Amino acid sequence: MIMIGQLSHLTLQYYWWAIISLLGALLVLLLFVQGGQSFIYELGQNSKDRTLIINALGRKWEFTFTTLVTFGGAFFASFPLFYSTSFGGAYWAWMALLFCFIVQAVSYEFRSKPKNFLGKKTFDAFLFANGILAPVLIGVVVGTFFNGADFSVSNLKVSHWQHPARGLEAVLNFSNVSLGLAVLYLSRILALLYFMNSIDNDHLIVRSKKKLIFNTILFLFFFLFFVVRLLLKDGYAYDPETMKVSMEPFKYFNNLIAMPVVLLLFLVGVLSVLCGILLSLLKDSDRGIWFTGGGTILTVFALLLIAGYNNTCYYPSNFDLQSSLNIVNSSSSRFTLTTMTYVSLAIPFVLAYIWYAWKGINKTKITDQEITGGSEGHIY
Amino acid sequence: MNEIVDLSLLSWSRGQFALTAYYHWLFVPLTLGITFILAIMETIYYKTGNEEWKKITRFWMNVFGINFAIGVATGIILEFQFGTNWSYYSWFVGDIFGAPLAIEGIMAFFLESTFIAVMFFGWGKVSKKFHLMSTWLTAIGANLSALWILVANAWMQNPVGMRFNPDTARNEMVNFWKVFLSPMAINKFLHTISSGFVLAGVFIIGISAWFLLKRREVVFAKKSILVASIFGFISSLFLITTGDGSARQVAFKQPMKLAAMEGLYQGKKGAGLVAFGILSPFKTDPDNKKHNDFLFKIEIPNALSYMIHLDMDAFVPGVKDLIDGNKEEGFLSASDKISRGKMAIETLRNYKNALTDGNITIAAQLREKFMSEDFQENYFKYFGYGFVLNSNELIPSIQLVFYSFHIMVILGTWFLTFFGLSFYLLINDKLTRYRIFLKIAILTIPLVYLAQMAGWTVAEMGRQPWVVQNLLPTSAAVTNINAGSVMVTFWLFALVFTLLLIAEIKIMMEQIKIGPKEGGH
Ligand code: HDD
Ligand code: HEM
Ligand code: HEM
Repeated sequence: MIMIGQLSHLTLQYYWWAIISLLGALLVLLLFVQGGQSFIYELGQNSKDRTLIINALGRKWEFTFTTLVTFGGAFFASFPLFYSTSFGGAYWAWMALLFCFIVQAVSYEFRSKPKNFLGKKTFDAFLFANGILAPVLIGVVVGTFFNGADFSVSNLKVSHWQHPARGLEAVLNFSNVSLGLAVLYLSRILALLYFMNSIDNDHLIVRSKKKLIFNTILFLFFFLFFVVRLLLKDGYAYDPETMKVSMEPFKYFNNLIAMPVVLLLFLVGVLSVLCGILLSLLKDSDRGIWFTGGGTILTVFALLLIAGYNNTCYYPSNFDLQSSLNIVNSSSSRFTLTTMTYVSLAIPFVLAYIWYAWKGINKTKITDQEITGGSEGHIY
Repeated sequence: MNEIVDLSLLSWSRGQFALTAYYHWLFVPLTLGITFILAIMETIYYKTGNEEWKKITRFWMNVFGINFAIGVATGIILEFQFGTNWSYYSWFVGDIFGAPLAIEGIMAFFLESTFIAVMFFGWGKVSKKFHLMSTWLTAIGANLSALWILVANAWMQNPVGMRFNPDTARNEMVNFWKVFLSPMAINKFLHTISSGFVLAGVFIIGISAWFLLKRREVVFAKKSILVASIFGFISSLFLITTGDGSARQVAFKQPMKLAAMEGLYQGKKGAGLVAFGILSPFKTDPDNKKHNDFLFKIEIPNALSYMIHLDMDAFVPGVKDLIDGNKEEGFLSASDKISRGKMAIETLRNYKNALTDGNITIAAQLREKFMSEDFQENYFKYFGYGFVLNSNELIPSIQLVFYSFHIMVILGTWFLTFFGLSFYLLINDKLTRYRIFLKIAILTIPLVYLAQMAGWTVAEMGRQPWVVQNLLPTSAAVTNINAGSVMVTFWLFALVFTLLLIAEIKIMMEQIKIGPKEGGH
């Protein structure tokens, strides 16, 4: 305990960037809920199948949502200048994301209730829209961590956005878009593996498996495009002594080399994502989700670490290079980070009780009977 | 910290925040209270093994589920809006304000959402004991969510435990416990959660009364009323006590808000408490366009002075004392504060510019001046006043705050009586005969929502123009964007939330009509 109080401001900044990266990685994993929603028409050809799919997802949507909320809260608390710059600046990008989450939250609970005013079809359409838009938008926004945005920050720390599209301009950059699409197809892959793992219904499983191949090809295409470009491009480096920002060739590639542990995480992550997919395709295993899911966490975690570590600006400004944000110039005070670090010690306990609670409920796979009544459950 | 503030931008941004906050608050208090009532009901089931109690628990749990989903949907907007619409604010106070928000996410929301899942999906899958524990943890988690956000809100009403750092141009936390345990935060938390308990009590009694009127589910309804009336009665006592505590905090930390709550224009010694009053629609002070006299009022002499200072003759400042100043009682005038605030902002700017220009010695001198105790106490303290253009901006809408406060207090007294009556009639088996009481019970449901809205109106409108009391006015906090964009999102929120609200109400009414079923839904 005494130790935490003695950590330097810089160490705490590194620690909190790791926590943010971890939450981001968990968020991408949990986007399998969205991926699954994007399948409701494709896989759920009749209303019964659709209901089965939605119920399998419906037990998990809260986690994705809560992780997003916590990701936002933790970012606000540890790097408030990012919150103030990006949220206020890229107004329309964030608003679009928010709207697609508002309509999601109620849709599960409301869709199959009698007299639900908008009708089941509308709520299903909301779920579908959220399923496509949320992963793409999150991916595009994270793309700006590497490709930058147009803003300036004054010496009184007032940020000004310099592009009239207020965030929507991010889609004009193909690298951002390819990350968005990679996240979308990854979330769809995760969803298929999740269905194979948790639904007890043969024809749904067969169909999920068929879809797996096609989605994997698309995922690989966009992911490789993004990664190769990332490794070849110049990056935004700062000098820790003077805090001056400059462009460095092959910055992200250098970051991987400079931090071999991160490189290892990245490689293991990517392999494990592929392993899970192959296992499900070739071996008929229903455990693919564990490998692909774990791999997703490692890969995204590593990507976010190279965005912020090794003297890199994680939110570069293309308008005014010196306004770029990094973990040092945008963070909370040492005192606040220390206080929150004590709180973060609770995270393992939180994970433990989530695990424990879910073990209780997930003992058996979800079946047709369960959702057509007869059981005591809460049905969507 | 904008140089020129576009007033229509400010209005749309405030309007949008108000809209989304009120929508969020339509759903939150029911969650805060009903989860505890569910836990109590399930405990009775667990102890007695009586299936009737399980049926009761499951019915209200279903109602809760419908309410909860939309509460969550509206909450996420509020969180991100600090960044999207109050951008400078996010930096200025992020060091303090962000922490409770993050803690809330890490601890409370996860606790709540995990155990809600067990509560909904765990029947018959986990042991009865584990299920019961999950229901209690859901209630605790929901109320912990309230804790952290209210700590943050209380800090905005009364900023403590921090120091302004001129290098980063923001407030930084120096004492967590001062922030967490400030009396403002404690009162606010207890008052707000008990208001949720009261709301849930009224809600359950009102709906049960409907079943009694229809002569349906009589046993179910009576048992529900039993739990809700006892729970509600105790909560009401608590609510009134903590409300009184909140008012006292306001009196010391936000005297302008208190003056507005009481409609007190000219301060005096031995001030009376206005139990009820009507303000004149006409302006009565030519110097001040926000002033209206009472047309009529019922006043308890000296009570206000006594309640605040425990002294019948103590002085309570009015709006005029706070604007024009009052030397005798030691109040600075608003224009004096404004010039001191301007001085503080100017010094900060000069310091930052000296740094940017590389004038190290001048910068060091300015920094020393800025941080000196004298400057902090006499100038920085009024930092936010430096953004204020005209003293009249410092007066909130007196009519709105006055009426909201009085509506809340009057209704608070009614709810206490209501719970008492419900319990009395139930125990003496007279409930079904007094059909008029059952009808009143149904009508009390909208009133309890009204009281909730009134409470937040007092708290948030009463603190205008401040977003952080004395340090940051709303005009300086707002994101610099064109007003049109905010207007568009305002209307989009209004449209989407209203559609969802209608859906929620329809579904809820239908589920209530269907009524409790054996073994759940
Ligand atoms: C059922 C709802 C309800 C009822 C009956 C009452 N309150 Fe309340 N009150 C609230 C619900 C509420 C609230 C919605 O929870 C507020 C808004 C902000 C807050 O902290 O709680 C609030 C705020 C609030 C404030 C403002 C605090 C601030 O500005 O920081 C005061 C002074 C009181 N209340 C006082 C009272 C008193 C003396 C009551 C006497 C019966 C009372 N309230 C009943
Ligand atoms: C501006 C201030 C507020 C913000 C930023 C905010 C934020 C949020 C967010 C993000 C959620 C969704 C959490 C999830 O994913 O599960 C939420 C839900 C919730 N919030 Fe708020 N909130 C605010 C005001 C309040 C207040 C004042 C209270 C209570 C006193 C409160 C109590 C709750 C509760 C109990 C929930 C659970 C969902 C429900 O039933 O409504 N919130 N809030
Ligand atoms: C959920 C219940 C709440 C309601 C009904 C509510 C109500 C309002 C209203 C009506 C306004 C607009 C005032 C104006 O016209 O300027 C407002 C503004 C604001 N409130 Fe609250 N509020 C709630 C909770 C909170 C909480 C818990 C916080 C902080 C933790 C908070 C922080 C703010 C901020 C930052 C603003 C914007 C600045 C301002 O306009 O003053 N609110 N709120």
